[in-house]
Amino acid sequence: MQLYTRRVLINRLGIGLSMVAMAFGLMALMWILWTLFSKGFAALSWEFFSQDTPAPGSEGGGLRNAIVGSMMIIGVTTLVSTPIGILAGIYLAEFGRTSKFAAVTRFVTDIMLSAPSIVIGLFVYALMVATLGGFSGWAGSVALSLIAIPVVVRTTENMLRLVPATLREAAFAVGAPHWKVSISITLRAVKAGVVTGVLLAIARVTGETAPLLFTALNNQFFSTDMSQPMGNLPVVIYQFAMSPYDNWISLAWGGALLIALLVLAINIGARILFRQKDKL
Amino acid sequence: MHEAAEVAPVDLHAAKIRVFKLQDMIFHKVTLLFALVVLAGLAGILVSLAVEAMPTLRTFGLSFLWRNVWSVPDDEYGALIAIYGTLVSSFIALLIAVPVSFGIALFLTETCPAWLKRPLGTAIELLAGVPSIIYGIWGLFIFAPLFAEHVQPHLQKVLGDVPVIGAWFAGPPIGIGILTAGIVLSLMVIPFVASVMRDVFETVPPVLKESVYGVGCTTWEVVWNIVLPYTRVGVIGGIMLGLGRALGETMAVTFVIGNANRITGSLFSPGNSIASVLANEFGEADPGLHIASLFALGLVLFVITFIVLAASRWLIARGTARQGR
Repeated sequence: MQLYTRRVLINRLGIGLSMVAMAFGLMALMWILWTLFSKGFAALSWEFFSQDTPAPGSEGGGLRNAIVGSMMIIGVTTLVSTPIGILAGIYLAEFGRTSKFAAVTRFVTDIMLSAPSIVIGLFVYALMVATLGGFSGWAGSVALSLIAIPVVVRTTENMLRLVPATLREAAFAVGAPHWKVSISITLRAVKAGVVTGVLLAIARVTGETAPLLFTALNNQFFSTDMSQPMGNLPVVIYQFAMSPYDNWISLAWGGALLIALLVLAINIGARILFRQKDKL
Repeated sequence: MHEAAEVAPVDLHAAKIRVFKLQDMIFHKVTLLFALVVLAGLAGILVSLAVEAMPTLRTFGLSFLWRNVWSVPDDEYGALIAIYGTLVSSFIALLIAVPVSFGIALFLTETCPAWLKRPLGTAIELLAGVPSIIYGIWGLFIFAPLFAEHVQPHLQKVLGDVPVIGAWFAGPPIGIGILTAGIVLSLMVIPFVASVMRDVFETVPPVLKESVYGVGCTTWEVVWNIVLPYTRVGVIGGIMLGLGRALGETMAVTFVIGNANRITGSLFSPGNSIASVLANEFGEADPGLHIASLFALGLVLFVITFIVLAASRWLIARGTARQGR
């Protein structure tokens, strides 16, 4: 009986601790989100969206230049990484399949998914900033694309592999060429999954700060010229949060809230989109 | 008339097939080209970092790795301080994240009511999506002051006099430092490790678990003696994935590690990690040895994380492959 009591106690302790761990994880999420909302909403106002980042020591100001800069950099990133990622994913799923080359590419893509993003910033600095003479929005987009491409490649490939072989064979049997099968049959069948991958890639790069530090840098003024240093939300948040000015710190919280809301919205949207596809 | 009608369609088909074959060939090569872009990215990173780091490697040689100095005015550089900060903060992060993630995975796979499984799993995954800069400013403005006021003095009081361990908690409790960086990192890493653990736990065949429950084992015994040994390889892979994340994390660490280029032996004192040195100094680095040394640090970081992530991929792949056996 004593042995039995001990086993029951150990079981209760283990299960109890696992619940504590779960509660700890959820509380961390709640705490971070609550702080973000309470501090961030206080910073949001009309000026927040209509004015540019303030000069040191001056009152007020907003993040208009950074918001527009971020949108442009991420827009270019999406345009660059989507076709590259999808085509590379098609190669792995349709042509490469079990070949050595495909296995190596898959492995490298997986590594790049978690590679330190600051190192990618260093690489693009050496590749574009040092050689082409200066920081630019383009360099920022290239750095972010290197982070987004692996996400798109892997989701596209995983989705394409779910397509039943019979669907491909049916298309081949009526005489369709391989490229037409890939694009009009298999890719179309997993459209929702691929869009999910692109959305997740956008969510991933939206908050990335480290790769932009040495590529897009920052710009205190409003600019839509991608060949010049460009204001962007993550770097502004970083610089303003580290500053001694209260209005800068407040703007940093507002920017952080904006980014977090966007990322959470994209993540949830991608999930809903993917789940609807499941039901069909 | 009759003959011409028969010949023409055949020719048409042959031409069409030739066009198709050409298009296929082009399509194949184009997709191959884009797959190569990914490989070229990796090769490019390694080569460019090595090339840019050359002046440092030529000046200090391999001793760069263990030189305990980082001084811009003296133009003397070594990686030891940053490597120490990176490894110690990541180790603290894993020390917290591994048991918590195990608990979360256990709860989600064994004891969680079915209707809660999905929302809770989603919440943990959303935690993984929160950008690291948000952990950073939360750590700097909210966590560090509370930690300095309410936790550090108590830690010092309780553990400060214990031999060996006491030295880890010496120094003024200022909130920012290597320990704080490790704790904030652990919050970042938990979702990644917990998701992998949950996924590998779910590969255990229900028959195996049911038969153990059938002979009267408790949930804890099933998890500890059956699930964990069965998924050992995958679990270690998940931990390595978390380690890879922690080693290379920049923003969450830079805000709270304190950015001081020295090793003190106390976890309360400010330090620096490879990523935080890069974030702080690269923008204003002088051309020459300083910038080359920063590139060398980047190379060290990339090589370390590459090895850790490669090991993790291999282990996770092996861990989930067991499913088929």
